[in-house]
Amino acid sequence: MDKLLKLLCEDARLPVETLATMTGDTPEGVAEKMQKMENDGTILGYRAVVDWDKADREMVESYIDLKIAPKKDFGFDEFAELVSQMPEVKSCTLMSGGSDISLVVEGRSFKDIALFVGRRLAPMESVISTATRFVLKTYKKQGHVVSATNTDYREMDI
Amino acid sequence: MEYKRLMSSQLQEIKPSGIRKYFSLAEEMGDCLSLGVGEPDFVTPWEVRRAGIESLDQGKTFYSANAGLRELRRQISLYLERAFSLRYDPDTETVVTVGGSEAIDMAMRTLLNPGDEVLLPTPCFVCYEPIAKMCGAKVTPLILKEENEFKLTAEELRKAITERTKILVLPFPSNPTGAVMGRSDLEQIAEVLKGTDIFVISDEIYSELTYGGDRHVSPASISDDMWARTVTVNGFSKSFAMTGWRLGYVCAPAPVTEQIVKMHQFAIMCAPTTAQYAGIVALRDCEDVVATMRDEYDIRRRFIVDGFNRIGLHCFEPRGAFYVFPSVESTGLTEEEFCEQLIRKKRVAVIPGTAFGPGGEGHVRVSYSYSIKHIKEALRRIGEFVNEL
Repeated sequence: MDKLLKLLCEDARLPVETLATMTGDTPEGVAEKMQKMENDGTILGYRAVVDWDKADREMVESYIDLKIAPKKDFGFDEFAELVSQMPEVKSCTLMSGGSDISLVVEGRSFKDIALFVGRRLAPMESVISTATRFVLKTYKKQGHVVSATNTDYREMDI
Repeated sequence: MEYKRLMSSQLQEIKPSGIRKYFSLAEEMGDCLSLGVGEPDFVTPWEVRRAGIESLDQGKTFYSANAGLRELRRQISLYLERAFSLRYDPDTETVVTVGGSEAIDMAMRTLLNPGDEVLLPTPCFVCYEPIAKMCGAKVTPLILKEENEFKLTAEELRKAITERTKILVLPFPSNPTGAVMGRSDLEQIAEVLKGTDIFVISDEIYSELTYGGDRHVSPASISDDMWARTVTVNGFSKSFAMTGWRLGYVCAPAPVTEQIVKMHQFAIMCAPTTAQYAGIVALRDCEDVVATMRDEYDIRRRFIVDGFNRIGLHCFEPRGAFYVFPSVESTGLTEEEFCEQLIRKKRVAVIPGTAFGPGGEGHVRVSYSYSIKHIKEALRRIGEFVNEL
């Protein structure tokens, strides 16, 4: 992977000057590359990775697998683009295997999500079936182990 | 019992490692931010840990052959040829040891007679001198200069050779300076050694950690003459983040390894078997993991060199290992004063260069085997410390 992208994926808050030092580039060069990747959609955004159990916010996350009946002029892409516009949908992917489209949907409660599935997704013409699974506990999120304590076990200074 | 009078006088004359003092001071102060450790912060790769655990699950809990598991020696031989163009027979020229440290100990005990001289480029790792002295040898330090990028020059070597010289230690990539010796540097050293009876002990424990494109060059790969006089020491600690497993190896012409195996057999029996099974997987399957760790160290290296130069502590750009060796001369403090005051005032622990021999004067060793966040905070405190002087 591109060194700059790798660093940004680990910590997007590093200042441009630091990123330049770390990659052996100039600050102007780094800024230009970042701008280019933002413009062409390589970089879609910069977000905090949050353990919501520790934050003061009610949040339920669910994985929803959909089976779809593609129609003429309304195939997987058209369907996926449509549901991607719903604010509750945090990610939308076309999958191999048993289901076709997989969504990550966030809501304030189980009921919220159930209503979203029942009222918004299930009635859609292309949808053959839905299977909703709720996240009970997260152990690792976007590369971060949630319960990690970062203990340094090293005892020797040699 | 009058312990002092009765115990080995030779051993009692040897001073304990100079690093210990600062480690103790840091412990005493508490809540210290250390940039002192000399081992990777990465955990051993997952598949290597699994291999160790599986060997235990399968009941492989016995001694191995004295020289090590045949399959591990075969993998070592293949790896050394693949990585550094070194050719060693796994059956007669390769011995698995308890870390690189045992390999150095065994090599010195095998080669030295009392009265022999050992040429030791300094600053360097702390173990060579005490081991050589315990063998009754005299150690001649070769002071490395920053203007030569802390490399050993042919001229410095030529001047130091006497008729009693038995061993030249080549500890590159270097702990503590991060210096490396390139092919042309080693060719010049080889030229000086030609026609002499001097052995080389080449400690290549950091061989996987070189930066800037050029791979490590093994002295034994330079020529047939160098191969014949070189004892190559390497191990798993730094390359594969396996310090606690205690696994290393030594390769040399068969007459030398024959004697090393004998010593190793009487003193150690064999390296830990669990570690040996893990080592097979490390050499066979972990090239990508090693590359990832190297890339990460390289990022930190650039960050920390830049950090010290910004603070005003001139920092030579190291090409290997995971240490930087900034000069503290601009502060007007000696390296020892610098380290002691830094711990006391800002609770940051670094090691004075002189803990690694007289060549370390005016410098401190700083490890970047830490997260960027940790290094950043330590640099901030060091910056404050220097500004307040």
